[in-house]
Amino acid sequence: MQMIFFILAGVALVSGGLVVFQRHPLRSALWLIVNFFAVAGIYLLAHAEFIAAIQIIVYAGAIMVLFLFVIMLLNLRQPEEEQRFMHLGQKVGGITLALFTVLLLVYGVCKVVLPPGKEAPAGLGNTESIAKLLFTDYLLPFEVTSVLLLVAIVGAVVLAKSKLK
Amino acid sequence: MVVPVSYYLTLSIALFALGVIGVLVRRNVLVIMMCIEMMLNAVNLAFIGFADYFKAVDGQMFVFFVMTVAAAEVAVGLALIVAIFRNRATVYVDELNILKW
Repeated sequence: MQMIFFILAGVALVSGGLVVFQRHPLRSALWLIVNFFAVAGIYLLAHAEFIAAIQIIVYAGAIMVLFLFVIMLLNLRQPEEEQRFMHLGQKVGGITLALFTVLLLVYGVCKVVLPPGKEAPAGLGNTESIAKLLFTDYLLPFEVTSVLLLVAIVGAVVLAKSKLK
Repeated sequence: MVVPVSYYLTLSIALFALGVIGVLVRRNVLVIMMCIEMMLNAVNLAFIGFADYFKAVDGQMFVFFVMTVAAAEVAVGLALIVAIFRNRATVYVDELNILKW
C-alpha cells in the first residue's frame, strides 16, 4: 500500500515539475494530465473512489480538454523565449521563498503528532454516503453550486461574444 | 498497512509549492492557470488525506465543491484569456501592463 503511494507520489511530483519547467504550454498541459491521473490513484488509495472518478472525468477530461482547446486555438508558434536577465532575480527569489515555505510547512507537519486513525465504520459505501450527505447536510451549498455554474456559463459566453474595448 | 496522514500532507505541500513556483516563474498565462489548477489539486489532496484519517465523508464533500469552483474558474479564465488575446495578441503576463503606471 505504501509502496503504491510512493510510486504514485513520485509520478505526481515528476510530472508536476515537468508542468512547470516545460517550455511549450502544450507539453505542460499533457504532463498536467499525467499529474491528475497520479493524484486520482492516490485518492483511490485513500478510499475516495467517487472523488477519484470525478477527478478523472472533470479534471483530466473536461478541464484539460478546455485547456488544450484554447492552446490550439491561440496557436502559439514560438515557445516562451529564453529567460531575460531582469527576470532572473524574481525567479530566484520566488523559488527560494517557495522552498522556504515548504520547509516551514513540512517542519510543522512533522512536529504535530496525530494519534493513529480510527477504524472504518461498517456500513455505506463511498458513493452512497456522499450522496446521502450531499442531499441532506450540504443541500444548500449544492444548490448554490448550480447557480455558480450558471453564472460561469453566462460569463464565459458574454466574454467570448463581446469585443473588449 | 495504511498510509499515514502526514504522507498525504507532505505530498500536498510539495505539489502546492510546485504550483507556487510555476505561478511566480512562468510568464505564459495559460501555464500560470495550469499551476493554479495544480495548487487546487494539492489542497484537495490534503482534504482527502484528512477525510481518510477521520473516516468522515465531509472532507470529500469539500473536494467536490472545490472541483466545481475550479471548473467555473477555468471556464471564465480561459474566456478572458481568449478575449485578451484577441485584443492584445499576447499571452505573456509581462506584456500585459496597462494597469501599471
